[in-house]
Amino acid sequence: MPPLVMALMSILIGVTGCVGYVYFSNLVLDRVIFPASGQTCARNIGRANLVRPWLFLFPALAGSMLYLVFPFAGAFWRSLFDREGDAFIGFANYRALGADHVFQGALANSLLWVLVVPAAATCLGLIAARLTDRLRWANLARAAIFMPVTMSLVGAALIWKFVYANDADIGLLNAIRATLGAAGPLDVLQIPVWNSFFLMAVLIWTQTGFAMVILSAALRAIPREIIEAAIMDGADATQIFLRIEVPQIKGTITVVWTLVTILVLKVFDLVYAMTGGNFGTQVLPGFMMGVMFRDDGRASAVAMVLMILVLPILAWNIGQARKGGD
Amino acid sequence: MADLRLAGIGKSFGAVEILKNINLHIEAGELFVLVGPSGCGKSTLLRMIAGLEQITAGTLEIDGVRMNEVPPARRGIAMVFQSYALYPHMSVRQNMGFALRMAGQGRAEIDAAVTRTAHALQLGSCLDRLPAALSGGQRQRVAIGRAILRDPWVYLFDEPLSNLDAALRVATRIEIAKLKQAMPDRTMIYVTHDQVEAMTLADRIAVLGCKGIAQVGAPLTLYRKPRSEFVARFIGSPAMNLLAGEIVQTGEVTMLRLARGGGSIAALVPTCPGDKGRRVTVGIRPEHMYPTESATHALAARVELVEVLGEVTQLHFAPCRPGGQTVIARLPGIHAGLHGRTLRIAAAPENLHLFAEGRSLLYR
Repeated sequence: MPPLVMALMSILIGVTGCVGYVYFSNLVLDRVIFPASGQTCARNIGRANLVRPWLFLFPALAGSMLYLVFPFAGAFWRSLFDREGDAFIGFANYRALGADHVFQGALANSLLWVLVVPAAATCLGLIAARLTDRLRWANLARAAIFMPVTMSLVGAALIWKFVYANDADIGLLNAIRATLGAAGPLDVLQIPVWNSFFLMAVLIWTQTGFAMVILSAALRAIPREIIEAAIMDGADATQIFLRIEVPQIKGTITVVWTLVTILVLKVFDLVYAMTGGNFGTQVLPGFMMGVMFRDDGRASAVAMVLMILVLPILAWNIGQARKGGD
Repeated sequence: MADLRLAGIGKSFGAVEILKNINLHIEAGELFVLVGPSGCGKSTLLRMIAGLEQITAGTLEIDGVRMNEVPPARRGIAMVFQSYALYPHMSVRQNMGFALRMAGQGRAEIDAAVTRTAHALQLGSCLDRLPAALSGGQRQRVAIGRAILRDPWVYLFDEPLSNLDAALRVATRIEIAKLKQAMPDRTMIYVTHDQVEAMTLADRIAVLGCKGIAQVGAPLTLYRKPRSEFVARFIGSPAMNLLAGEIVQTGEVTMLRLARGGGSIAALVPTCPGDKGRRVTVGIRPEHMYPTESATHALAARVELVEVLGEVTQLHFAPCRPGGQTVIARLPGIHAGLHGRTLRIAAAPENLHLFAEGRSLLYR
């Protein structure tokens, strides 16, 4: 069977399967289990409506159980075993990680990324959102800022490798340095600590557009009369932005911030493509990938650490979303 | 004290002209109401006075100083918005004190002023609440309090009551009237589409139509001597009835024959001999109509609908042709059993208004 036909077939089966599931499961519920007829008609309708949400939730719940919760539990279990997976060694993998300098470096780098990238991307996005709102060619500016969001991180990494290239004829950065009269080209990706920031710049570049689009929508949702009231009250543009607009979109800022944070904790491809994690730029996902080929138990432990780092942010984000919904 | 002078004010958005050549002099200490149907540009005019809209033609002077280019906060003006426009993330206290904070006043000073004003407006107990936790009336009072705290010479109100329910609207209207009484030297400009608000609050009213200002004057002047059919229909509720007629005799007292009336009736409107035979529109307010047995009457028509309101009874008469203007009469007291009967209606000569080509014959 040609691959195209196979793909079409699977789409067809998938879609009809989903539609069929929703249709027939509701049919069974309404006709067979709690029929809306006879003496218990009203009670049956009520009961059917109590069950119905679960019918819709079931596929998603089953999927996340199968592909998220089960592997998570499995990974945790695996992290308590040795390299071959034969001997139970308790928390020895975690203890070994704690003593591992490479792991400590990667953890420190990951934390640095979490501190810098979401803050920078959200702030720049917010400023871009505010500024482009006043421009006549705002849509063009927005499109330009948003473009990197659509790019794969590996693609972005390749572009920025050119920018950072250790050659004044190729690298923009070194070309600028040469024009300013610096002696020789510099490989910025090899300067310890600073190189991490040059990598972060790439991610900030891609995430600013994302932050801008969402924050721009939030800014536009602020009623015009509130801004006008602030104008009448004598606030200038900066004061209106900082004291009237930003506090009102705090919820959206939080959501953007957490989404970028979660993305940052997962970032692997960017570092892999630009430095391969060398020169002290390694981050946790990259470290995990390296360990994975040698020791599954230890790699699982790294995955657990990553999970624990994301968990509080996730919980807080859901809490914020709940508050916003009320 | 601050008076406002609008000279030749116009507003256009691109090629679309919304307001043209508006000339007004609003006296210091006056409560001036701008009233008109929706979409006639009255809010735009108010926003131009506030400085929120650019003035594209003419000049605005406050207290003799040209204000066209002066930023809103420095015009000595405070505005109460239709939607209240409270800062949703700030407590009542912060909302009311925001302008003072922007002006750089001390914290203790602001707090004292806010507390004083809040108590005067019965907001003392909700100073630390957010606007979302307040009722509509309380929000409106916070918005008014925010304006008062700036202690401006000119207050602007942009349909401040239109988001309140009927009972609250009356109560808040009375509060605004009291507020004005408490500060007789402050000028207030109030925009509304509700002629009852205009009549009850205003020292003077400007009726704004689609072609500009139709008439400016004291409420009762507009009620008694409207310049045009437009003003006549706009001021007063239910609206003035307009009946077709013809002048049969001119002089200090004009005699008219009405299309649906009987005999010739008198109107206390002077006309010149050339007006004889002229077709006119005769305006009679519902409350000036009374039933009569006389052969000389303004209208004879069948009662189509009776609304007994208690203190008055409103009779709706069938229009002369289907789809035509219903004539309404308002009789004091309770009148039952009139439905379906044909009544004769008359009005005193001094209560008749004559219009030709939409303009009153009183003003020519």
